[in-house]
Amino acid sequence: MPKLIKDGDIIDDIWQPVDPDRAPLSLGQICDLEQWQNLVDKGGSAVQLEPGQAPTPLFDFIDKLALVVINFPVFTDGRGFSYARDIREHGYAGELRASGHFIRDQLTYLQRCGFDAFQMADESHLDAAVASLGDFTEYYQAAIDQPLPLFRRR
Amino acid sequence: MYVYDQYDQKIIDERVDQFRDQTSRFLAGDITDDEFLPLRLQNGLYLQRLAPMLRIAVPYGLMSSIQLRKLADISRSYDKGYVHISTRQNVQLNWPLLEEVPDILAELSTVQMHAIQTSGNCIRNTTTDQFAGVASDELEDPRPYCEIIRQWSTLHPEFAFLPRKFKIAVCGSTQDRAAIHYHDIGVELVANVHGVIGLKILVGGGLGRTPAIGSVICEWLDKKYLLTYLEAVLRVYNQHGRRDNKYKARIKILVRAMGIDAFREAVEEQWAVLKDGPSILTEEEVARARSFFRDPAYTQVESAQAAAELESQCLRDPIFENWVKRNTQDHRVSGYRVVTLSLKSTGFAPGDITAEQLELLAELAELYSFGEIRSTHQQNMVLGDVQVTDLYALWQRLQGTGLATPNIGYLTDMICCPGGDYCSLANAKSLPIAEAIQTRFDDLDYLYDLGPLELNISGCMNACGHHHIGQIGILGVDKKGQEFYQICLGGNQSKDASIGKILGPSFKQDDVPDIIDSILSTFVTLRREEENFLDTYRRVGITPFKEQAYAKAD
Repeated sequence: MPKLIKDGDIIDDIWQPVDPDRAPLSLGQICDLEQWQNLVDKGGSAVQLEPGQAPTPLFDFIDKLALVVINFPVFTDGRGFSYARDIREHGYAGELRASGHFIRDQLTYLQRCGFDAFQMADESHLDAAVASLGDFTEYYQAAIDQPLPLFRRR
Repeated sequence: MYVYDQYDQKIIDERVDQFRDQTSRFLAGDITDDEFLPLRLQNGLYLQRLAPMLRIAVPYGLMSSIQLRKLADISRSYDKGYVHISTRQNVQLNWPLLEEVPDILAELSTVQMHAIQTSGNCIRNTTTDQFAGVASDELEDPRPYCEIIRQWSTLHPEFAFLPRKFKIAVCGSTQDRAAIHYHDIGVELVANVHGVIGLKILVGGGLGRTPAIGSVICEWLDKKYLLTYLEAVLRVYNQHGRRDNKYKARIKILVRAMGIDAFREAVEEQWAVLKDGPSILTEEEVARARSFFRDPAYTQVESAQAAAELESQCLRDPIFENWVKRNTQDHRVSGYRVVTLSLKSTGFAPGDITAEQLELLAELAELYSFGEIRSTHQQNMVLGDVQVTDLYALWQRLQGTGLATPNIGYLTDMICCPGGDYCSLANAKSLPIAEAIQTRFDDLDYLYDLGPLELNISGCMNACGHHHIGQIGILGVDKKGQEFYQICLGGNQSKDASIGKILGPSFKQDDVPDIIDSILSTFVTLRREEENFLDTYRRVGITPFKEQAYAKAD
């Protein structure tokens, strides 16, 4: 079973990965954006966004979603960082997961942007990777984890 | 200048620890080259032709004597005893060892310096007018806003993996000395019809492969919205900037593709969400930022007496008089002048400064300029607050140090990137071109007769030497493995910004001084009284220059 860093722990992933050929209705299945948009009942649903798929279509169903996955096919494509903040700023409170080829040195930034779960393509060093979540303990700017910029806390 | 508190210190200390860990994992083979690349770049570290290059951030070009001494120490312990001032007012080490970079960063952190985001596809060092706070044409000191932007952009979690690098400049004076039209975002302090000072925002300017002059996205913005507005622009860019082609990835390409009106609309839509959020600036924060840039304890100078003294010193010593005339300028406070120390003496790479010179400057700044030094994007150093009555003593101390060449603003005060001698991106060398021109045009009387003239040299299309905005620009190009030089004319970085036009086919290295000579002779022949090079060029166009240059080349 694929592993996941969630809230600082390493756990098993209970969701089924995106599969364009599978009926999206089955419970615990992550949909791609198109499948998800076709879902009649979006209650408890899970959707995965790819770079280039802005999260705007999700905003009307924020309370129905159980999981949002943002995929990083390459770690240098930073669109997902903005998608994540945008989703959180629209009130999404459920699991927001980064998946794919991001690297452990990005974990603090991802966390700051609102991700709370991390599914790394390379699972071989998850224990060590968790340490990177603590790279920084103080920040200048407002983000999802710390909504007040430093100048309001100094 | 800005002084760190425990929060600022903690943030850069944690960054040093993080980079130390990243470097050791890289050296142990746990991080691939591809993964390490953006990590090291965001700490200013390039792997160059001969050795790594470490670019140290100098926020808006301001340094203390203590910091200068530390740079001198570092350049001796970890490098070859000299550093280079870049065209973004930063300081570059040319020969550090990768293994030692974490130690260098740790040393820097002891004097409140770092190398964060001096490279990479992130928000870079914010630059400004080198005469900020002392210029006589200033509406408001831009540095508090630069510092606010510096803090906001430092380790910004959302904008560390942008499509491409992102540069911001702020200007607060009538004359633009920060080249805000050529930045991804240019910010200008301007008064609205009610006389209230706010921010004019330009977007999509830049040099490089596709030079562009920034478009106005907002005519006047309340200063409290500075960060929320910047955040909205960056978020639109991060989501929509091109990532398929690095040469089309800068925000200028996105702005051009969308059109400024559609781009503005997208920004405003995003801004609506962020506008009044917690990043809206408080009056306390603006006051706090300003408090670091208050006037130093200026001495009330009896200005008539000081002027008389200066005049008699000048009469006694015409070389001193000439230096005062060329390398110092008006200060907003009477009895003071702004002094530029030239890093453009013939035989030395433009912008290079040795450990000894750094230490001398540190001492002179303490003696004569409240212990502060500025680096300029023209790659010189500035003592911002020198009493008129101290000028002679200062000048005497500069004799024999290579820092008093009286050429500020003239042909030989050229901007020049390190080029193919150091940089692995370069197509051609730039330093030998600079030296050949400086050697050829060493007659100061001729230089002064030519008047103010900006000559900028870049070793490749990335345009670190700002060749597009030089009145004369030289670009190194690669022609089937041979180094050639393209020349453009008529660039200008000021408020009436213009991008230089290409003269014609490129020239061989040995021919460049002759071609410059031909361009200058054409100018001298055609100029009318009081015209400088740019005036004449704008009046007569490129054709006469072209005819002369290529007639000679044949």
